[in-house]
Amino acid sequence: MATVHIPSLMQKMTDGKQTVEVEGSTVRRIIDNLDEAYPGMKERLVADNKVKPNISVAVDGVVTSMGMLEKVREESEVFFLPAIGGGAG
Amino acid sequence: MAIKDYEPNMVLATKKFDVVGTRPVRHDGTDKVTGRAQYGADFTATGLIYGAILRSPHAHARIKSIDTSKAKSAAGILAVVTAKDFPKLTASRDEYVQLGELNTRLGYLRDNILADDKVLYKGQPVAAVAAANAHVAHEALSLIKVEYEVLPSVLTAPEAMKGNAAILHDHLKTEELGEQTDKVSNVAQHFQHVLGDLEKGLADAEVVIEREFNTATVHQGYIEPHNATAFWNKDGKVTIWCSTQGPFEVRDASAASLGLDIASIKLVPMEIGGGFGGKFEPFGAPVAAMLSKITGKPVKIVMTRAEDLQGTGPTPGSNMKVKMGVTKNGKFTAAQAHLAFEAGAFPGSPVGAAAMTVFAVYDIPNVVVDGYDVVVNKPKSGAYRAPGATQAAFAVETVVDEIAEKLGIDPIELRLMNAAKEGTRRADGPVNPRIGCVEVMEAMRDHPHYKAPLEGKNKGRGVAVGFWINGAGESALTLRVNSDGSVTLSEGSADIGGTRTSVAMQAAEVLGVPAESISPQVVDTDSVGYTSGTGGSSVTFKAGWAAYEAANDVKAQLIERASKIWEVDAGTLEYGKGEIKSKSDPELKLTFKELAGQLNSTGGPVVGSSNLMPPAIGGAYAGCIVDVEVDPDTGKTTIERFTMVQDAGKAIHPSYVEGQLQGGSVQGIGWALNEEYYMSDEGGMMNSSLLDYRIPVSLDVPMIDTVIVEVASPTHPFGVRGVGEVNLVPPPAAIANGIYRALGVRMEVLPMKPASVMEAVWKK
Repeated sequence: MATVHIPSLMQKMTDGKQTVEVEGSTVRRIIDNLDEAYPGMKERLVADNKVKPNISVAVDGVVTSMGMLEKVREESEVFFLPAIGGGAG
Repeated sequence: MAIKDYEPNMVLATKKFDVVGTRPVRHDGTDKVTGRAQYGADFTATGLIYGAILRSPHAHARIKSIDTSKAKSAAGILAVVTAKDFPKLTASRDEYVQLGELNTRLGYLRDNILADDKVLYKGQPVAAVAAANAHVAHEALSLIKVEYEVLPSVLTAPEAMKGNAAILHDHLKTEELGEQTDKVSNVAQHFQHVLGDLEKGLADAEVVIEREFNTATVHQGYIEPHNATAFWNKDGKVTIWCSTQGPFEVRDASAASLGLDIASIKLVPMEIGGGFGGKFEPFGAPVAAMLSKITGKPVKIVMTRAEDLQGTGPTPGSNMKVKMGVTKNGKFTAAQAHLAFEAGAFPGSPVGAAAMTVFAVYDIPNVVVDGYDVVVNKPKSGAYRAPGATQAAFAVETVVDEIAEKLGIDPIELRLMNAAKEGTRRADGPVNPRIGCVEVMEAMRDHPHYKAPLEGKNKGRGVAVGFWINGAGESALTLRVNSDGSVTLSEGSADIGGTRTSVAMQAAEVLGVPAESISPQVVDTDSVGYTSGTGGSSVTFKAGWAAYEAANDVKAQLIERASKIWEVDAGTLEYGKGEIKSKSDPELKLTFKELAGQLNSTGGPVVGSSNLMPPAIGGAYAGCIVDVEVDPDTGKTTIERFTMVQDAGKAIHPSYVEGQLQGGSVQGIGWALNEEYYMSDEGGMMNSSLLDYRIPVSLDVPMIDTVIVEVASPTHPFGVRGVGEVNLVPPPAAIANGIYRALGVRMEVLPMKPASVMEAVWKK
């Protein structure tokens, strides 16, 4: 299972867990399964079926522009980060 | 390498190639040095008229009314537009628009093109006119009457974060990674990176240093102001000629802001007189397009210098608090940073990048980084060469220098003891692949500059090291083989720093032909696939990779053609050093040029193409050594000697890489010592000319020595990492550390102008 690193500001949704093990061969499946285990996660990360533009996904240290389609391996590490240039709000 | 082996502008090459790593004359050199190159302001067309933009005189005000009637009826005025004349948006105002390294919401983009109901900085566009000449257009602006209700303004992040601060956007609530808080605020975004246990790390520390830093807003200082010419044809198609780093980003943003299909706009990139991150936003293009729609003529808008300084996207001021803990033997145990960056009028500062880079030079087990994106009444911040990283490095590298002093450890040795390596986890999460941080530090330590005696009073030597993520993105490219063996290369990346040549050289290396036989062309957006902008130090990396793939496509096609000519299986042939030959029959061989002459008789043209989006891996490190002399009576700092060391991965054209290192160093010197948006209490920029906004001139800097380190990127075919940005990251910190060693004062502000240095001396 992939290791998903939960951003500190979202750890209240995972009962304080900094990392969780999640099944899934793509970022989409990882987020779906994460949301099943910790409801509300998907709403925080996804809008219009895409990773929110002000959030970056990094898989194994590489920020991907493939978003939900990015492949994830069994031993992958997945991170959700603020995008480099915000634009939030 | 021993010290004695160092020469000026050294390349510590690790792998040799035939073309890559050599120094051919740049393909666009003749046009540039003879003045024939066409920049945006040079563009002309039949029936061309000129636009001018009326800008807000207030930093924060509600627009009560705009009366354009006098301007519209004035002699010679052909059109007047305000935000109300723009088409209704077909997409949501909340939709994101990509602008190079930064992005923004469509609503903010539109408001920054022409303000609608509120102005949020002095210099924000409010209305525009078109006339037969630029002088008449500018004169007519005074005929437009705007009634404002002036509002209180806020100019710095700490001020804007206070509970009683004036609010810029009535709807803006702080977002924390997808969750919106309830309170209306100037803080658009807060995020946090956590690694390990900060409290434990601080408890383990035997020395803790904590300082607070403030940096001023600075401009990229490109020499060519923003410009755009647009023609709205009767068939609804729009052509834009402009100077931009992101032809496709400006095309898409213009289409979105004008409510047009993307295919309705063709953007023709002109030569670009500098950008450094500041030329991604379509400031004048949509306005020129609207004026053209009304008049039926092509409309050109060229910003004055004052408009460019007041009304484009500088890099933001910041407020940063950095705390670091260390054991007595010099091992970092903990680090904490509070980074509050001014986004300017609309959300979107580079604080995210600042937080990714702030401690990335080091292997620190326990880290907390808090980032805040804060709107203030200044122009919306844009990207500037490693956006956010220079501010962050100024803070961290000053604290690291203080730790070295407190512990009595050589500052480079302390950095080496704690340097990030392959396998080090960054505070924002990712684990480093192969990186060149240690190699950069070792090259600094071993450089004769670092060992040279520094004699005389009030002199100091400072060092600092910086990191930048480096980007990649989409790249599309074609190679067309001509019958005489020359090759035409078409790409979509605007060429700011010699990338036509660095990209062509990578194709030439694969094809085994001279770089000069490739003719690289930067073409318009209708003529090549989507290519992300020239930012993130990405072009030599991504377009070079595309050139590599396209050249391999050409090779495969040429082998097929040779197999037809010789009536042999293609699998029996091979391509090497510009020659196609049989693996077994020495009689069967053709040079690239010979085969190029036979294409039409063997099946027609050969076009190699590549469309790709390679991942950016590893980032880049740079460090500098600087000797300063500081006048203790005036506080003026003179740079006496400067050496920049940078890991390029692989320097495709070392001269251009050296140029990047030198250019970044000079910009860093300007940022360190002189440059700032000097603001009035009412929020107006007081120094909006290059006479008063003091970028360095040749008399301000010594010859910048360079060392190119080559630790190959683990993925790129030639090991390229990208070289355009990280060299701007360490200079301000290194100069601050030099000033400390000269005068004994720790500088906590940028710029370290004479008044700031004297203030620090008097406080001592």
